[in-house]
Amino acid sequence: MSQSDQAITASGDHGHEHRDDIGSKMGMWLFLFTELLLFGGMFLAYGYYRYLYSDEFHFAATELSTSIGTLNTVILLTSSLTVALAIAAIQKGKKNFAIFNLVVTIGFALAFMVNKYFEWAAKMHHGIYPGADELLAKSNGEIIFFGLYYVMTGLHGLHVVIGLVLLAVMLVFVIQDKITKDKYVALENSGLYWHLVDLIWIFLFPLFYLIQ
Amino acid sequence: MANGTVALEEKSFYEESTNRWNKGILAWIFSTDHKRIGLLYLYGISAFFLVGVLAGILMRLELIAPGKDLFEPQFYNQLFTLHGVIMIFLFIIPGLPAIFGNFFLPIQIGAKDVAFPRLNLLSWWIYVVGAIMALISIVLPDGPLDTGWTFYVPYSVRSGTNISLAIMAAFVLGFSSILTGLNFITTIHRMRAPGMTWFRMPLFGWSMYATAWIQIIATPVVGITILLVVLERYFGIGIFDPTLGGDPILFQHLFWIYSHPAVYIMILPAMGVVSEIIPTFARRTIFGYKAIAMSSLAIAFVGYLVWAHHMFTTGISDTSRIIFSLLTFIVALPSGVKVFNWVATMYKGSIDPKPPFIWVMNFIFLFSIGGLTGLVLGSLATDIHVHDTYFVVAHFHYVMFGGVGTIFFAALYYWFPKMFGRMYNIKTANIAAALYFVAFNMLYFPKFIMGYMGMPRRYYDYLPEFEAMQQISTVGSWLMGITMILIFGSLIYSMKKGKKAHKNPWGGVTLEWHIESPPTLENFHEIPTVKTEPYDFSQLKEMDYESK
Repeated sequence: MSQSDQAITASGDHGHEHRDDIGSKMGMWLFLFTELLLFGGMFLAYGYYRYLYSDEFHFAATELSTSIGTLNTVILLTSSLTVALAIAAIQKGKKNFAIFNLVVTIGFALAFMVNKYFEWAAKMHHGIYPGADELLAKSNGEIIFFGLYYVMTGLHGLHVVIGLVLLAVMLVFVIQDKITKDKYVALENSGLYWHLVDLIWIFLFPLFYLIQ
Repeated sequence: MANGTVALEEKSFYEESTNRWNKGILAWIFSTDHKRIGLLYLYGISAFFLVGVLAGILMRLELIAPGKDLFEPQFYNQLFTLHGVIMIFLFIIPGLPAIFGNFFLPIQIGAKDVAFPRLNLLSWWIYVVGAIMALISIVLPDGPLDTGWTFYVPYSVRSGTNISLAIMAAFVLGFSSILTGLNFITTIHRMRAPGMTWFRMPLFGWSMYATAWIQIIATPVVGITILLVVLERYFGIGIFDPTLGGDPILFQHLFWIYSHPAVYIMILPAMGVVSEIIPTFARRTIFGYKAIAMSSLAIAFVGYLVWAHHMFTTGISDTSRIIFSLLTFIVALPSGVKVFNWVATMYKGSIDPKPPFIWVMNFIFLFSIGGLTGLVLGSLATDIHVHDTYFVVAHFHYVMFGGVGTIFFAALYYWFPKMFGRMYNIKTANIAAALYFVAFNMLYFPKFIMGYMGMPRRYYDYLPEFEAMQQISTVGSWLMGITMILIFGSLIYSMKKGKKAHKNPWGGVTLEWHIESPPTLENFHEIPTVKTEPYDFSQLKEMDYESK
């Protein structure tokens, strides 16, 4: 079988030093699939409550700042470009350009989280967070809207942080030459993860900020 | 094929470590060898199984007479929750895939290990962490959870017991399950030996493949559901809380979107084991190989679309009830395909009724009862009558314990000589199988009758008219306890003291029977080239095997 020929097995004394880049990527794709389903449960809940409380959702969404949302969208989309550039650079052996792009990506990720912090802080300042009296005084639909807002953007934010840590580790690996022109599947997989974070946001952004 | 005489400096995987420790527990708990990991799971899972059995026996003891006998009602509630959580999340979901899948899947497809050995070790560690979290939740001051293993809201949001920690344990265990599934899919795609085409793969591999897909597709959904319950408890986000506009029924949907497919995570590997054992002991190739392989995938697919049959009485619309009822009937078809093919395989075979085969016969009988009563529950009118009664409990135990549990023992008896290189006492194994059959039916069959008569599940007390049958069931539970002592006692004894087993004691032909018992670290001297379909018994002539 041609597939198993591509699997390179190191000829050392241990059979466990097995390297199979296609297999690694397949594993990563399967993992991303589980992430999609994790968020899928949330999107299902969102769809259901949007149907149930369409007017209240409509009204509650006007409280969110479209400009901060848009800024974060631009940041994340651009960071997806830079991480892709980092991978392309390492494939061509341009280590320094790869490092530059990874640093920029990490910078974007931090900027996204800083924006998110200010956005959440402003909401909480106005008493819009689960359990707050101001929020409880609002209609049920609005309470659910903000409940979903915090859970979904919070879970997404958690993924941004995980991605950030992952990319930072990859940065160290590139600097230490553990990721090279011939061996870059770990960076590719981290890039895939980062694109997933981006992709989820592409759906969160219109659902919360744009549909008003 | 290499036979036993080649072994000059042959060391088994017991004697060769994969890490820097040569001996001792560290050489095991940090080992990346799929066989060692499989055995680690075996020991952990068996221990939890016995705890679950003990909880079950205690429950039955409380039910020996109406009214209070031994415990307070609250403790009873915690006992059945504990029984459910341990049996579901710590025994039956990881049971067959993590133990036998780990040990035998790579060998059966002619690989040295799984695709991601380190990830495999991580899965085991995550399992351990989840198990420890579950155990801590039992001993913390607020007491073990009392919601039943389904954690239904709103009670799971209101209950003062250690809900959050216990259900986060289920979340963590789910993570372990996902990583195992991901590993197995990649292994099957990438690591098959030359010549091992998809349709030359043993059926256990096919069933593991279907199982792994369900693990990946369904588990994240329960993950997010559990997170939402925890967030609801701490922050009151309102998603499941009706006072804030949330909908508790949404929880049930999300929960069963995972937990119904999860029963196929449990049963599919068991069906795979049956498809291995029957050809070996009937000395005949499997009847309808492709039909069995495809029916695994069909079960995985349709099984994903039947979850709302757990919710027929929640007030969901008639349209959705009819659709889900229809789909439930459809999912019974591929299971039927398998059973008929197994029976057809035995027809005109040269049957050698060794213990694994006898256990499989137990399975076919018990699982058929379980499956057919499932149709009673799947049809709308009858479900209303028996919903949430002992009938459901009986059905569930016939398919889960009678199905998966029985095959857990069948697989153990089938592969024991390969895993440990020693043989158990055949007569004891046969007695255990017979005792198991009697105990099982005594324990659970009265529940069908009681359920039909209206005995609700999970109740602490009951009306006097149920007393006789409750007592039969309780005595059955003692008999089951004795059977378990017999099984585990004799197997543990044989692990150390059993006589040395032949490398192919049953005359099996799949790849694991071509190698040493116990296998070497890398399983094969050289990766085999597969030339035949998996159950081609003509090759037995050239193979070294123990004849009767």
